[in-house]
Amino acid sequence: MADKNSISDSGKGNVLNKEQRVSFRSFFRYRASDIRFEIVGILLLLILWLVAGWLFMLLPQSVSGQFGDFLPLPTLKALYKLVQESRFWNSVAASMTRVFVGISIAAIIGIPLGLITGFYPTLRNLSYAPTQFLRMVSPLAWMPVALIVFTDFESAIYFIIVMATVWPIILNTASGVANVNSMWLKMAINQGSTHVQLFSTIIIPASLPGILASVRLALGVGWIVLVPAEFLGVASGLGYLINDARDTMAYDHLMAIVISIGILGFTLDKIVQTVQSAFTRSWIE
Amino acid sequence: MKIDVHNVSKIFPRFDGGENIVLDNISFSANSGDFVIILGESGGGKTTLLNLLAGLDIPTSGEILVDDIEVKGIHPSRSMLFQQPVLIPWLTVKQNVAYGCRLRRDLDNLEYRVYQFIEMMGLSGFENAKPASLSLGMAQRVCLARALVGRAEMLLLDEPFASLDTFTQSHIQEELVNIWLSEKFTAVFVTHDVNEAVLLGNKIILLGGYPGSVCGMYDIDEPYPRSVNTPLFKEYRAEILVNLKQAHVGNRKFFESNNSFDRGGVDHE
Ligand SMILES: Nc1ncnc2c1ncn2[C@@H]1O[C@H](COP(=O)(O)OP(=O)(O)OP(=O)(O)O)[C@@H](O)[C@H]1O
Ligand SMILES: [Mg+2]
Repeated sequence: MADKNSISDSGKGNVLNKEQRVSFRSFFRYRASDIRFEIVGILLLLILWLVAGWLFMLLPQSVSGQFGDFLPLPTLKALYKLVQESRFWNSVAASMTRVFVGISIAAIIGIPLGLITGFYPTLRNLSYAPTQFLRMVSPLAWMPVALIVFTDFESAIYFIIVMATVWPIILNTASGVANVNSMWLKMAINQGSTHVQLFSTIIIPASLPGILASVRLALGVGWIVLVPAEFLGVASGLGYLINDARDTMAYDHLMAIVISIGILGFTLDKIVQTVQSAFTRSWIE
Repeated sequence: MKIDVHNVSKIFPRFDGGENIVLDNISFSANSGDFVIILGESGGGKTTLLNLLAGLDIPTSGEILVDDIEVKGIHPSRSMLFQQPVLIPWLTVKQNVAYGCRLRRDLDNLEYRVYQFIEMMGLSGFENAKPASLSLGMAQRVCLARALVGRAEMLLLDEPFASLDTFTQSHIQEELVNIWLSEKFTAVFVTHDVNEAVLLGNKIILLGGYPGSVCGMYDIDEPYPRSVNTPLFKEYRAEILVNLKQAHVGNRKFFESNNSFDRGGVDHE
């Protein structure tokens, strides 16, 4: 009796009262978040920005100084002007190219390494500590090294982006491989699969969703280190534009570039996420 | 393929550090082209024995010879149908059925053979479906189709019909027997169903007791297709049931005598 009461009387929070939808698919599928929440979230961020700027304006002029330029209105005005400049679009193109080239190099190095270290336990155990160690070194710490090793700034930036993105790609690919259902492997070997076939027909396809996820992660990391890497001394790119705006004290301009970096990164991530979830779904359905 | 199992035992470590003797001194042999049934109760070590025959695991002691060569690992000539269906989720039914043949470059007439077996398994219309949309029994039939398309010399089948309804079951049993009669492969078929055992096997190995050992062996030379209504069928069935029951009682005695030791040696019976 007591048991019965406790189940029927308990509040809505009780797990037993909730219907839960669980399926085999939920394991694979990346669930895209609801677009309505995203819009409201962005609006909240805008409001926070307004409030923070307004609070700063309450401070005496001597302290707040040029903070007026950081407010949404001047920033958006500057952004409107910015997108009409060809200099801006050239920089966007330069930055994008750097990220894509850097991540491509990291993927070419990282995916095979991840596949191999994920499959052979000895290699996995051997590589674990070095990978974790190198992963923990900030990619920007390599900057001086990059400048010594590479004579041109462009290569130095690629090097930094590769150093930033190759570790998440290796680790995520390897964990994707390590999680491949062992029954698939037993079945494939029993059906006469060679080692190469095991990789081409089971391990690589099974890891594809994980590999895509790792590339998405790498894109985020790469985009973040790109801006400081472009402080290095190149004469193009969004990081260069920020430096330039700071030097000319064009703070509304600076803020507009910051915003556009956010928008571009967000859009890139959305694109990869869409590809990823569409692919993952078509993979098993 | 000829099978010789000599004094095979399999011991697994138990969670409490002890030993779980699953197979104890198993010996039997079968001729090439036999339909061997391994019959026993749940948890009796049937899957374990099949894994040993497939080379997915190695015996703790004893040896298994197939065509006079010791089994030391997995080989595609001994095709295994796992108890749980194993399908590749990103491949369609058709591709899953063809999977093994593609690996082994066994391509002649493959498309036709694949469709033939899909139809035989009653899965027409599902050729391009992905495994996620199949029921358990359907998935198991896709696995059976994959095993049959492969034309392996030996098929190791682990309760392939356990999740099928009676009608589909008897239909596919019939098809399996027909293919076996025409292709002459060696079959090792695990089941816990006495009727199924007598319907299909020409050699039945009874696995029973604790630790699991061979507690009966029957050669059934009845022609196929067999019917459950013949007197001979009923005779075999009754005898096997008696034998299994004895093994089961022996099993209980084993536990009871073990327990009575703990309680101070009061022995029943
Ligand atoms: N990998 C393993 N490690 C430890 N113990 C195992 C392992 N595989 C099987 N066992 C044990 O071996 C015994 C027999 O298992 P097995 O799967 O062979 O039974 P079965 O006859 O196939 O049963 P069922 O009809 O339910 O499939 C069980 O007690 C089980 O706990
Ligand atoms: Mg079993």
